[in-house]
Amino acid sequence: MEDLDDIVREFLVESYENLDQLDRDLVALEGAPGSRDLLSSVFRTIHTIKGTSGFLAFGRLEKVTHAGENLLVELRDGRRSMDGAMADVLLRLVDTVREILASIDRDGAEGEVAIDGVIDQIRQVQEAGSAAPVAQAAAPADVPAAPAEPAAPVVPAEAAAPVVSAEPAEPSLETARPRTVVKRVRVAAARTAAAVVQSTAEVPAPHTPLGSESVVDDDDAWAPIGMEPVATAQLGADDVAALARAGASALAHDVLPAEPDAPESPRSAPSGTTAAAAPGSGDPAPEEQGMSRGPVETSIRVDIELLEGLMRQVSELVLTRNQISRLAQDTSDVDLLRSSQRLSLIASELQEGVMKTRMQPIDHVWNKMPRVVRDLAAQCRRQVHLELVGGDTELDRSLLEAVKDPLTHLVRNAVDHGIESPEERLAANKSAKGTLTLRAYHAGGQVLVEVTDDGRGIDAGHVAAKAVERGLRTPDEIAKMSTAEVFELLFLPGFSTAQAVTNVSGRGVGMDVVRTKIEAIGGTVDIESEVGRGTTWRLRIPLTLAIMPALTVEHLGELFAVPQVNLLELVALDAQKTATAIEYVGSAPVYRLRGQLLPLVALGEVLGVSSDEVTALRAGDARGGVIAVLQADEQRFGLLVDRVMNTEEIVVKPVAGRIKSLGIYTGATLLGDGRVALILDVQAIARRSVRGEAIEFGRAHGIDDDRAVSDVVQMLVAGIGGGRRVAIPLSAVTRLEHIARDRVELVGGREVIQYRDDILPLVRLDRLLGASSTVESDELLVVVYTRGRRSVAMVVEEVIDIMDDDGARHSGIDDLGLTGSTVLKDRVTELLDVTAAVRAADPHFFDDADLELAGV
Amino acid sequence: MATQYVTFTLDGAHYGVDVAKVQEVLRAQRRTPVPLADADVAGLVNLRGQVVMTVDLRTRLGLPPLPAGQEPMMVVAQVAGETVSLLVDEIGDVVEVDVDQFERPPETLVGPMRDLIVGAYKLESGLLLALDVERATA
Repeated sequence: MEDLDDIVREFLVESYENLDQLDRDLVALEGAPGSRDLLSSVFRTIHTIKGTSGFLAFGRLEKVTHAGENLLVELRDGRRSMDGAMADVLLRLVDTVREILASIDRDGAEGEVAIDGVIDQIRQVQEAGSAAPVAQAAAPADVPAAPAEPAAPVVPAEAAAPVVSAEPAEPSLETARPRTVVKRVRVAAARTAAAVVQSTAEVPAPHTPLGSESVVDDDDAWAPIGMEPVATAQLGADDVAALARAGASALAHDVLPAEPDAPESPRSAPSGTTAAAAPGSGDPAPEEQGMSRGPVETSIRVDIELLEGLMRQVSELVLTRNQISRLAQDTSDVDLLRSSQRLSLIASELQEGVMKTRMQPIDHVWNKMPRVVRDLAAQCRRQVHLELVGGDTELDRSLLEAVKDPLTHLVRNAVDHGIESPEERLAANKSAKGTLTLRAYHAGGQVLVEVTDDGRGIDAGHVAAKAVERGLRTPDEIAKMSTAEVFELLFLPGFSTAQAVTNVSGRGVGMDVVRTKIEAIGGTVDIESEVGRGTTWRLRIPLTLAIMPALTVEHLGELFAVPQVNLLELVALDAQKTATAIEYVGSAPVYRLRGQLLPLVALGEVLGVSSDEVTALRAGDARGGVIAVLQADEQRFGLLVDRVMNTEEIVVKPVAGRIKSLGIYTGATLLGDGRVALILDVQAIARRSVRGEAIEFGRAHGIDDDRAVSDVVQMLVAGIGGGRRVAIPLSAVTRLEHIARDRVELVGGREVIQYRDDILPLVRLDRLLGASSTVESDELLVVVYTRGRRSVAMVVEEVIDIMDDDGARHSGIDDLGLTGSTVLKDRVTELLDVTAAVRAADPHFFDDADLELAGV
Repeated sequence: MATQYVTFTLDGAHYGVDVAKVQEVLRAQRRTPVPLADADVAGLVNLRGQVVMTVDLRTRLGLPPLPAGQEPMMVVAQVAGETVSLLVDEIGDVVEVDVDQFERPPETLVGPMRDLIVGAYKLESGLLLALDVERATA
């Protein structure tokens, strides 16, 4: 809401943070019910929200938090101890508070968030334990008059006295039916109790979940649960009176959580009695009390905008620094040089410092995990121990945000699918409690985040079977796959191996989304899994999005940046050799990279800025260039650029949405001289320019490296119709061209085409060799043979491949226009007599006296 | 109700942009062309470390290009949360205009300008055409 004033805004921000802390503390408290530190932290948080909401007149919020606070007061004063049911209700309280906050955030008002349910629950939890057992020890059920007004929330003024503190007892006690009960009586009741010498103290056992059925009305709660006095306490009248006073004072001071003796006094009371139940495991560990979570932190809150602004200015400073360094180097002024070096150093340090402000520990994301795991474990009936290692590992905040969802997803998955049910685990000789470990650490300039469970692991066979069943892969394909490849299938959209669809997972959405999200920030995901031992999901995330190594390339005087992560290698083309180094398959330029055909994409063509270059390339007079061999997804291709400048760390700057939507730039960056350079989106270029088949072609028909053996000649194999194939020595092929049929003109009886201001005679190989071409297309595919200044074009039906031809396997079987035949890739292929073919097109082609048909 | 407008000229005519949207006015700087972008995207400039898209208003409004040798000026504006720079011929004064001086563009106005001009303020010195910056840069 726009009229939401600053105070409310600040209250929201602070409260959200506090609630996250609360979630964490409550879950931790459940594990360590006696921890005073955690308790006071929880109490403080709720109290703060309550106080502020009262001040800001958010009635509902105040009411809810007030109810929660009452319960917490009892906890803090030791009149109750934390247990499952209480944790449940308190967590529900947190959720309700969150809902109300969200509503305030949205509409500026509390809205209609239901609060009665949770308040009732809190009361029930309170009341379940608040009936005083003091009156008649032996048969409490007979005393319906047991005080403690039902449904009466504790008000601080109320002088309630804990008769028996809720010290959890050792499980070894004769607790036949342990039950968590915390006593609370009115002063009057306490006085009554004072007269009773024998009184029953019930010994609560820690970790005993209070089933919902036990959270019932007081009087009913007594009998059905069949409360058995498990410990008998001798209470002197004075003791009880003292207790009552102590309780009263504790309550009166409940706004001062730090009051040290308030929590102490009720505890000391039972020890004054001859309680058989010794305070046991519930004792707060002294060291915990020592480490206090001071409200005064050593950090401050800074507006993101301000930080970003600072960041921009520092970048500018660095650029200016670069300019000055350059200028200083050209002078002989020693002082200037020295100052410039000093400036350089300071600017670098400043930049580093500002970069650091963007970094946040991964703890910020992990904070939510204990709650997620707890809720989920309860829902899936798993026992899970969560371990967090390396929470202080820092990540850029934008990355942190991006990692949150995938990480949560992996954690949910691990609890639901990874870790088995306790029975299953016991049967497999494992402890009933599964362990889920989140580990973060730096390695090789990346942050690695691992989600490891010691669960059942992923069965590759099962995954493979599922893939076949879903029709995603054929059994043949599966048979050829390695385990790692099989696991890759998990990332396919719509793939889930869950036996049953639960509302937690198994709906077939997820892993592909996880991968997409992680890859979107330049990270990767992989899996390691061993059946029966567990699974590890490993996320590799770049340290920061804002800076990445890149290669800068030049094209027509402008610079572009290519992310280094896509770059495999660089191949420099010699200006003299360019013409021969780049070959064509059909119209597609290719380069032989270690025997494999690498499809080429000219940057100019991609950018549509110079079709000239492409033409020049075709004409064979391309300037020397550089091929940047790039990998995008599964595709490998060569990007032909004019010049490669250097590799540098670039700072990625966002560009206007209009430019981003062109889908070819991921952003822009500033170069050392202050110029702007666009960052190319390699994936997008690959999608635009490289069709899958082209790549496959290059791969599948890759030429072996040993082709250089003397007798082996490379042949262009072309179909000429009628299933016939002819092989033309590659050395006789200058280019392959597509020519529109209507460009064919006649000179006398001969077909010619105009080609680059020249007349190019045409010979149709199918007619020359007596094949019957069946395909009549509007376009002719011609193989151009150039020698000196003369060229002829040989029309073929299709270009099939480039293959090695071993001269030793030639057979003498020939015909008109052929020099023989051979077997290439299991097909009989005719060897074209190029001389004859050329003569057929241009009888005077070889008239120059010194001619000799090289290479044929 | 008076509003202040930053004025500039394009091909002899006066245009104005709400002063609240204008961040600053600068001499044109070196621009990095953006291949494949629309013709009116005149390139990217480095504005103190921020990469800012420049829109050539002449091209956008369907006006002839600036004669060679004449250096344009840049009006840097905040549009929909983004910083955009507009190429204009010359910068004029900041003028105060009043609502009752305003009139919708005539029905006879056609072409790209139709969508980009909100209307005209009838000032004593001449007409001031109010530019719809959001549309002009989208």
